[in-house]
Amino acid sequence: MAERMGFFTDTSICIGCKACEVACKEWNQLPDDGFVFEATSYDNTGTLGASTWRHVAFIEQSRPVAAGGDDGVDRWLMSSDVCKHCTHAACLDVCPTGALFRTEFDTVVVQSDVCNGCGYCVPACPYGVIDRREDDGRAWKCTMCYDRQLGGLEPACAKACPTDSIQFGPLDELRARAEERVTRLRADGNTEARLYGESPDDGVGGAGAFFLLLDEPEVYGLPPDPVVTTRDLPAMWRWAGAAALSAVGAVALAFLGTGERR
Amino acid sequence: MTRERAMVPEAEFRSYYGRPVIKAPIWHEPHMPTYLYLGGLSGVSSSMAVMARLTGHPRLARTARVAAAAGAALGAGLLAAELGRPARFLNMLRVFKPTSPMSVGSWILAAQGGLSAIAVAGDLASDLPKTGGRAGRLPGAGGSAGRLPVAAGLAGFLSGAGGLAGRLPGAGGLVGLLPVAGDAALLATGVTGPLTATYTAVLIADTAVPAWHEAYRELPFLFAGSAMAAAGAACMLGTPPAHAGPARAVAALGAAMETVAGQVLERRLGFIGEPYRTGRAGRLMRAARVLTVGGGLLAVVAGRGRTLTALSGLALTAGSLYTRFGILEAGRASAADPKYTVVPQRRRLDAQSSPDRGSDAGAAQPAS
Amino acid sequence: MAECHPVGFQWVVEAKARGARVFHVDPRFTRTSALADRYLPIRAGSDIVLLGALINHVLANELDFREYVLAYTNAATLVSEDFRDTEDLDGLFSGWDPETGTYDPRSWAYEPVGEQPSAEQAEGGRRDAEAAGADTYGAGGPAAHPSPRTDPTLTHPRCVYQILKRHFARYTPELVEQLCGIPRDGFAELAEAVTANSGRERTTAWVYSVGWTQHTVGAQYIRTASILQLLLGNMGRPGGGILALRGHASIQGSTDIPTLFNILPGYLDMPNAHRHGGLDHYLELEGGTTGFWGNRRAYLVSLLKAWWGEAATEANDFCFGHLPRITGDHGHYTTVMGQIDGTVKGYFVVGENPAVGSSGGRAQRLGLANLDWLVVRDLTLVETATFWLDGPELETGETRTEDIGTEVFFLPAASHVEKEGTFTNTQRLLQWREKALDPVGDRRSELWFYYHLGKLIRQRLTDDEIDRPVRELTWDYPEHGVHREPSAAAVLREINGVGPDGRALSTSTQLRADGSTTCGCWIYCGVYADEVNQAARRRPGREQSAVAPEWGWAWPANKRILYNRASADPEGRPWSERKAYVWWDAERGEWTGHDVPDCEIGKPPGYVPPEGAFAQASLAGTDPFIMQSDGKGWLYVPTGLVDGPLPTHYEPHESPVGNPLYSQQANPARHTYHRPESPYNAPGGRFPYVLTTYRLTEHHTAGAMSRPLAYLAELQPELFCEVSPRLAEELGLVNGGWATIVTSRAVVEARVLVTGRVRPLRVGGRVVHQVGLPYHWGWGGGGLVTGDVANDLMPLVLDPNVYIQESKAMTCDVLPGRRPRGPAVLDLLERYRDG
Repeated sequence: MAERMGFFTDTSICIGCKACEVACKEWNQLPDDGFVFEATSYDNTGTLGASTWRHVAFIEQSRPVAAGGDDGVDRWLMSSDVCKHCTHAACLDVCPTGALFRTEFDTVVVQSDVCNGCGYCVPACPYGVIDRREDDGRAWKCTMCYDRQLGGLEPACAKACPTDSIQFGPLDELRARAEERVTRLRADGNTEARLYGESPDDGVGGAGAFFLLLDEPEVYGLPPDPVVTTRDLPAMWRWAGAAALSAVGAVALAFLGTGERR
Repeated sequence: MTRERAMVPEAEFRSYYGRPVIKAPIWHEPHMPTYLYLGGLSGVSSSMAVMARLTGHPRLARTARVAAAAGAALGAGLLAAELGRPARFLNMLRVFKPTSPMSVGSWILAAQGGLSAIAVAGDLASDLPKTGGRAGRLPGAGGSAGRLPVAAGLAGFLSGAGGLAGRLPGAGGLVGLLPVAGDAALLATGVTGPLTATYTAVLIADTAVPAWHEAYRELPFLFAGSAMAAAGAACMLGTPPAHAGPARAVAALGAAMETVAGQVLERRLGFIGEPYRTGRAGRLMRAARVLTVGGGLLAVVAGRGRTLTALSGLALTAGSLYTRFGILEAGRASAADPKYTVVPQRRRLDAQSSPDRGSDAGAAQPAS
Repeated sequence: MAECHPVGFQWVVEAKARGARVFHVDPRFTRTSALADRYLPIRAGSDIVLLGALINHVLANELDFREYVLAYTNAATLVSEDFRDTEDLDGLFSGWDPETGTYDPRSWAYEPVGEQPSAEQAEGGRRDAEAAGADTYGAGGPAAHPSPRTDPTLTHPRCVYQILKRHFARYTPELVEQLCGIPRDGFAELAEAVTANSGRERTTAWVYSVGWTQHTVGAQYIRTASILQLLLGNMGRPGGGILALRGHASIQGSTDIPTLFNILPGYLDMPNAHRHGGLDHYLELEGGTTGFWGNRRAYLVSLLKAWWGEAATEANDFCFGHLPRITGDHGHYTTVMGQIDGTVKGYFVVGENPAVGSSGGRAQRLGLANLDWLVVRDLTLVETATFWLDGPELETGETRTEDIGTEVFFLPAASHVEKEGTFTNTQRLLQWREKALDPVGDRRSELWFYYHLGKLIRQRLTDDEIDRPVRELTWDYPEHGVHREPSAAAVLREINGVGPDGRALSTSTQLRADGSTTCGCWIYCGVYADEVNQAARRRPGREQSAVAPEWGWAWPANKRILYNRASADPEGRPWSERKAYVWWDAERGEWTGHDVPDCEIGKPPGYVPPEGAFAQASLAGTDPFIMQSDGKGWLYVPTGLVDGPLPTHYEPHESPVGNPLYSQQANPARHTYHRPESPYNAPGGRFPYVLTTYRLTEHHTAGAMSRPLAYLAELQPELFCEVSPRLAEELGLVNGGWATIVTSRAVVEARVLVTGRVRPLRVGGRVVHQVGLPYHWGWGGGGLVTGDVANDLMPLVLDPNVYIQESKAMTCDVLPGRRPRGPAVLDLLERYRDG
């Protein structure tokens, strides 16, 4: 297996241009998502989905301005969200057909010729990333441009990002770079700067696509402490086994304990 | 300190315009909840068929065999229809993935479906006259064994198997083999049946949906109870009341198990369990509870009364269905409101970062 | 900048990472503000107050870079006794003629030394007001005396420094707060940062876009910034300057090789039928003989030789008579009025969509409807080509399709990936672009279209004398490919020019006035040096110096920073090690450095021009601004501007606020059209809000290139207006709902985005609300998304120097809900017009 590749999305330099969204759709030939004015700042994309593999969030924040008393936005957070390519990927775990697989770059990809559209991966993802395209019936998500990587190219979103808010590279290098960046931001007084998804100790074993955020994850629509659901799977089976045995016992009891005969 | 003010929709806790963090299950009504119902019905019906066969309840055994086979077959059909690409249904059996309850479940269901179908076929075949006799005979390995307790039932199985050698197949030889194979298959459904009835709880618990995942302890019992109620009800309805005593007992026990599991679930989940109590899911779950408890009580008192039995059976069937619809709906509601995702995770983080951090801290060790 | 130039903004992000502080001044908190260190909200149309106050801050506290200012600017120059400031005349400069509404600029001149220019020669004022004459100063200033009287102590009351000091004395932080709505602490922070980051060791750059230009005082906005930058020593130095960000790809190129009516390639004046006789007369009137513009005869003759080749001889003035003549204002909006009046019969619209993209859309469409013929070349069937079928005037019942006689020809155009050629971007950098694929179907490049149209026309010419200029044109580019595409490289080589030996020239100093050289645009001379397409160079930045001289090619002569002589002190030494850029190497006796020195390479710093020297020989060794006739940076503009030698604050033509400085409310010289098709908003309470327009990252201009593309259209699917929470509350506007915006020109409906990024400002003691509208939508144009035309709301009022429309600041009213439909729109407008 080749070196593990990943994304580091530094939201402190995201300018919300959405070039990542467009480049992603162009390269991967994704359909549009409809033309709906959402009135949620400049975000008319809303969420990641089967046809949206990069999503730029826009968060307007304000504090009271003393003079004049009028509130004004003084912080506009922007962040390009993407599939996290988890170390422990729930979508991959729960996929019953093997359509989702781990590539040689340690990324998680759907094989669209295998996926039968069972939809199980959709609620399994702790980040709400993967989704099924209803007209097509299959599940889709970011491939970290598997095809481009095979050709030695960086993913389309990272290529298009004008400010290098989206960085692509070997995950270890990205983690080191991110650590430096967050240290510097904090030193500059940006105490809210934090990394999200970079730690191999988190609930998904570390994300292949991690972020530098300037506020709590939920502000960006990200789960604050995601855990891969299959972590509890052995326990689930044990409880299910107990329930099954209980049912068997109860049925037996019903038959054996029922005095009456026909 | 920055004061948060959502310029657009107001929200009490922090989220991104109140949008869900996770994706709601995309499974449709009525397919998915009906499948959950049918799977439960099939699974416990198999257990009942086995017990009926062993304890000499031929009428009940036939009903249970048919219910088990029909439930599995219809359920599989619904599952296939639920797929985005139904033509690729068989891709489910392309691999066996222990980390995927759906993969495991597909194999269980395939086994259950096949075995229960053979069990019915065998049962029906045993009706065929050896030399053009008329149908209508009571099922069973032999009329004499009908009243025997379990030991005798087992003996019946064995004698059936033993008789195999003697009954060499002639022109209708394969048909002749069927009753034996049917019984063997039936016995096997004694294993696949309970799994069919409960794996679905793991199936939905193994998601990021808080109301499902956090309920992984109680859901299997809830499902098992609901399945017993469903199977019991179906057998009550499909069997003359005089032959349906154990079915009523299964139904009543199931109703009790479901009710207790539901109560425990809601109590333990607290805030995360809110979707089971509110909205459309809450209404469905409340209706389910009334029907289940009512149906269960009726089953106890119905005795051989046709009307009460019918009422009980219908109530329990409806109750089981309502439960399944309610659980799907609760999952959807749980996923749709980000507070169910964010608040518990935030609390967990806060607990970890507080000085007297709990034992919960530390690396997550996923199963895969 | 992040909004409209996201790719360029990467350099701001990089500068920030290296420690630069970024301030953003804008009516709205935009994507740029999001990444700035400090955002300052400002009332649209009040920028001169802010910049003027910075100038006052510098002058009052003597924070100017004195050595630079003394040596390189006209601060010490004495101005004519006849000059009177706006401070003396209540908002008018001396020379105002209320009859014609124009200035006589002669009183603005430097104190007379020797021979004075005739009234005919005096540039600026009335003369340039006729036809946006100031456009010709795009590559250097107009003529002024090369060695005027000066006072190096800067104490003479009539020296430029003292005039500036008096002029800007009233531009205080209090005035900034009162007129711009910028709180005093914000201004203080900006003033401190700008001055602390200027001087020997540091430089400050200003970046602007059409937020500064699209005003009735647009040119003066830039002038104000120029004064500030010259005082602080930030011109001609690395990290300094004033950067114009353009509205489209190659807009810089389209003024260098102009698509404007009033200039020829290289900013040479277009001959005027009323003013110019032959070549000599033209040259006598247009510009002086000093500075590099002193060579203009060589530039023009080489251009004429490029166009008419062998036919151009000394005997026939090199075919100067073949050039078309203008007779006055043939600008965009005057042309539209001519269409409405029936004096303009035909119209080529190429890559534009005036029915949606120009101010006063209704007047535009009424003009289109009154043509004999209209040719539209575009990528999609834009609204300008379909106005007769589905325009808004049909909905209101003002026009009917069967009454429109215009014959419309729509010709599909090739996109930029389907043709080769150059883009000239904002820093004068030419970059060659290869063709990725042949255009599909009937689509063709502009080059193909005009070249083959020219060939067809020439086939039909007679021996008639009137056809001679077209008949004698050189029109023989090599053709290639299935579509017989003319060679763009051959055109570029023709622009570069060739010498007597037939080889490509290397630099414009090789141009001769005797007809021995050809050059299609003198400032581009060198782009094909050594017969190599220099614009096609793509050497990566990591393989060369930070200046990256081998990435593309910059005019003039591949200089990356103009006037970079100013990066060294008068003796030719860098002002500081940190800011070293070019310097005099005494040993080798020449200028050297990281960039191509923007001066004569062998001219020592100590060079003093002899009396009566010509062209560049008239410039001293210390003169960095070599395109100026005196080699100096002009803090004060003695000649060339139409509306005054100094910038001063006037309110926009439509403003809810009175001008507290003068009784003169708006720029007196502004260009107005009093027409029923496009009336102005009455002053007073009927239109209480400030309206400003802008673009979004997700769309391009009038939307023809973005609305038909699903991936872009879905990102911003509907026209919306941005309003503050407070205004929304006052008017009952609901986020995500609808609002109707009204001016006396039009009624437009938009979705509502309630956002704290728009702040109510306290101006003149009361709250002023601003409403923002992006302008990308139209009713059709093959768009996947449609919407009302924001530009229909605009007034037709222009900056008098360059004829840009004032579309950044006007007044409006806002109503909750959707607009009326059909003829009811007209009723609503009627009510507003009647006040």
